[in-house]
Amino acid sequence: MSPSTRLWAARLLGFVWPLLVTLLAASLLIVACGRDPIAVGRTLIDGTWGSTYGLGQVLFKTTSLVFTGLAVAVGLRAGLFNIGVEGQLIAGAFLMALVGASLPRGTSSIVAVPLCLTAGALSGAALGALAGALKAGRGAHEVITTILLNFIVRAAMVGIGQRLFLHETIHTAPVVPGAELPRLGRFVDAFHGSAVNASLFVALAAAGALAWLFARTPLGARFTLVGKAPLAAETAGISVGRTTLVALALSGAVAGLTGSGFVLGYKHYYEDGFSGGVGFMGIAVAVLGRAHPLGVLVAALAFGTLSAGQLVVNAAVPKEIVDVLTAVVILAVIGTGPRLRQFVSRMKGGGAGQGARIQ
Amino acid sequence: MSDFVAKLLRIAVPYVFAALGGSFSERAGVITLGLEGYLLLGAFGATVAADLSGAAAAGYAAGAVAGGVAALLVAALVLPLCADQVTTGVALNLFADGLTRFALKALYDSSSNSPRVEAFASDGGAGLGATLAHPLVIAMLVAVPLAHLAMQRTTFGLRVRAVGEHPEAAASLGVSPLRVRLAAVVLGGLLAGIGGAFLAADQAKFVDGMSRGRGYIALAAIIAGGWRPLAAAGAAMLFALAVTVQYTLSSSYVQIPDWATQMLPYGLALFALVLRGRSSAAKPPSSLGSPLGKRELA
Repeated sequence: MSPSTRLWAARLLGFVWPLLVTLLAASLLIVACGRDPIAVGRTLIDGTWGSTYGLGQVLFKTTSLVFTGLAVAVGLRAGLFNIGVEGQLIAGAFLMALVGASLPRGTSSIVAVPLCLTAGALSGAALGALAGALKAGRGAHEVITTILLNFIVRAAMVGIGQRLFLHETIHTAPVVPGAELPRLGRFVDAFHGSAVNASLFVALAAAGALAWLFARTPLGARFTLVGKAPLAAETAGISVGRTTLVALALSGAVAGLTGSGFVLGYKHYYEDGFSGGVGFMGIAVAVLGRAHPLGVLVAALAFGTLSAGQLVVNAAVPKEIVDVLTAVVILAVIGTGPRLRQFVSRMKGGGAGQGARIQ
Repeated sequence: MSDFVAKLLRIAVPYVFAALGGSFSERAGVITLGLEGYLLLGAFGATVAADLSGAAAAGYAAGAVAGGVAALLVAALVLPLCADQVTTGVALNLFADGLTRFALKALYDSSSNSPRVEAFASDGGAGLGATLAHPLVIAMLVAVPLAHLAMQRTTFGLRVRAVGEHPEAAASLGVSPLRVRLAAVVLGGLLAGIGGAFLAADQAKFVDGMSRGRGYIALAAIIAGGWRPLAAAGAAMLFALAVTVQYTLSSSYVQIPDWATQMLPYGLALFALVLRGRSSAAKPPSSLGSPLGKRELA
């Protein structure tokens, strides 16, 4: 095998290995519930990929996970861990719904949709930037500040919701028709009835834009440098503080778009608890996808399948199994990460690997 | 007044235990973001054990063990496997959240809380006398000075501090950084697990996600306290005091909306982190967050 084939084999292993660990954990939990893992797995596949309706539901869940996975990935690129995606997406979805509902009735979608998306992105970005400023200015670790902000946003939403939700409901007024994103069932008959909507294309566009930003722009290069070698970055004249602020704001902006699938494309209003922890699942998506937009898309599809399938198998196994597996994926990836790098460098037959062997 | 003190002590127990435990882990150089997960697993372990055995003491022990086992999992990942400490802690918290919700459904067929645990319910009320007689409140009052002495006056404490500052130097003196870090991390899990057990005991049941960010607030207390157990416990007490004042106010004099009350501890923790900034005299342990090298792993 040539070194590059080996490298790719190792990368593939890095993707397959966590999946194997996760399958094993899933099987154990299913057996613990007294069920047959293979039968449950078959039910899950039949209920998701087995029909176009099921596939539509998978793609609907995947849409949100692409946003949250990308949001976490932006942070990881710059060596930052944004676990505030959940709070940022809630704030984004809420403002998106408010702007969408307050527009004049006849507003054209060319104006209304971008306006709503901007509102979502801006409120997510504001929360991200706040965590960034606290880190850059005061050295407060972003993991603690973003999680604290999650709790603060959640409590604030209860207070704001009491004033703004429609009478005796837990949701806001619907957005104007111009702000709605169409369901794909309107164009493709096969998807009829499922929730997948044009927000999917917004998510794919965001993935494309970030792939370009990471690989082709000076900002992307700054992210990588600050993430991998902050001291070298500082020496090279790059402001670590400013890059931190920009990265967390951008991460928050992407998180703030997450609500577009639900608010603009599905229910057309903000509803309390709509996210169902999709922000935390984004951490697993980004880690499994190695903070690469393409990897995030693949990982989001995998988790989208689990997420849509959890209701299908709920009769046999508690649907909370997906929350356990989300964490298992992260643990499996990070537990094998450094060891895997050693393995790869040994495979390449040079550098650190060689040195380690001589020692 | 005596009601106020009783309430303060009860609110403080989980914060203080988590802050004490976490400061050992952090002083040895391992970031302890998993406190939230230890609390939650401790609460769940305590609930199940007390429910099955009918003895509150069995519940407390199980809470400690659950936290300790979770910490062992973290130690296995971050020590020999060199996994990133921050990611591991966050993943553990997600794991604890998922596992407890899964088990709640599987064991008690509920997505919100366990049934009432009688072994915990017969504690003797929430008055000051009963509170001061509660074994875990006594344990907290004893643990605070004990943790301080252990860190400052014992060989173990010296080793923890040495490994946290300079693992290579500690290793050259014949101390195994791997073992010291392992012990400190597991001790952190045991203590935080006891804090979690009290959460469940105080409400006589397990509630989904009942740790509610206390682990993160305890971590903020550790940082605000400059990584010293006594000061960390003091900061944790201050958070508890603020929460108690807020509860008392909102239930008697002025009508403060619920959501504002709920926001308070998190906002306060954020404020503490901002205030502390970079200027404080106490610096984090030098090796905090970095994996051990090949030699120190032996």
